[in-house]
Amino acid sequence: MINLIWMLFLVAGIGYAGWQGRIEVVTQSAISAAEGAVILSFKLIGVMCLWLGIMKIAELAGLVKLFALVLSPFMRILFPSVPKKHPAMGAIVMTISANMLGLGNAATPLGIKAMQELQKLNDKKDTASDAMCTLLALCTTGFTLVPATIIALRSAAGSTNPAEIVGTTVLVSLMATFTALLADRLCRALYAARGRR
Amino acid sequence: MFAEICRELSIWAIPVILLLIPLIGYLRKVHVYEAFVDGAAEGFKTAIRIMPFLVAMMVAINVFRASGAMDAVITLISPLLSLLGVPAELVPLAVMRPLSGTGSLGLATEILNTFGPDSLWGRIASTVMGSTDTTFYILTVYFGAVGIRKPRYSVFVGLLGDLTGFFVSIYICTKVFS
Repeated sequence: MINLIWMLFLVAGIGYAGWQGRIEVVTQSAISAAEGAVILSFKLIGVMCLWLGIMKIAELAGLVKLFALVLSPFMRILFPSVPKKHPAMGAIVMTISANMLGLGNAATPLGIKAMQELQKLNDKKDTASDAMCTLLALCTTGFTLVPATIIALRSAAGSTNPAEIVGTTVLVSLMATFTALLADRLCRALYAARGRR
Repeated sequence: MFAEICRELSIWAIPVILLLIPLIGYLRKVHVYEAFVDGAAEGFKTAIRIMPFLVAMMVAINVFRASGAMDAVITLISPLLSLLGVPAELVPLAVMRPLSGTGSLGLATEILNTFGPDSLWGRIASTVMGSTDTTFYILTVYFGAVGIRKPRYSVFVGLLGDLTGFFVSIYICTKVFS
């Protein structure tokens, strides 16, 4: 699926540019995007080091395990394939917490840490495991309680009540997350059935 | 009032975490400095591992955007979506949201400035931004960091979440704010 989507972006973009007689745009945008991606990766190094460092302290202090235990009944339902006391559970809980608090900068490194822990449990190292897909479903819908960025944006635009969208955001978040988790479960079952055949 | 609390919370959250975790670690006899450096060493490797995935995805999305193909898609699906009650002003945001974080933030800012943050369009755009995330970026970075090349059905699930978020935002905002 990812192959098809990736190729479609390129085919549609290059085809359309050629048809519109602006083919030079392709070269220019491809090169600048490639450079931009490298710059972004380099920017990630800093926050990544910071949060992975803090995570290591939390791990050694037993905080990650504690986090996992607090939400463990709930997490067991979402991630049945992850052993109860595995560090992946703690990392997943911390990722979700960071997302809920609207800490985008911290959520990404923590999510990556959770993925790394899940990768240790994965048999096929180049293919996403069931638990990884569930974590991704949770993160892409980005369940949040404090949409800090958008509140700042609204007050900058002169809103009389910048935070009035928090209620609707939480409600929509909940429903989007629920739908994604449901779809994740269905797809997992479908893939499992196909795998057995 | 509530905006104040949210703002304070988002300002205080990170300093508090940065204080509490090392402090608790220290009290629990963790060699905090060494532990931090140990963990941080992973950061560099991880970021470098993400790079090829990010280049692949950003090149494809940027070519798609810059060529005008994305705008063509928006023009094409706009009448279709308006049948479902989606205002044409919001279609670009719906298409951009899963593809680019900065791109969709730019579009949302434009909507807020053009129609006003307290207009219905402004509120819907705000809710869409708050309740969904940049699916392709998350997918690329999270899976890239551990070398996953086959994301299986995750792309579909993520996009379905975005789609749900978009439609539900319109429905709920219309109900709540008018």
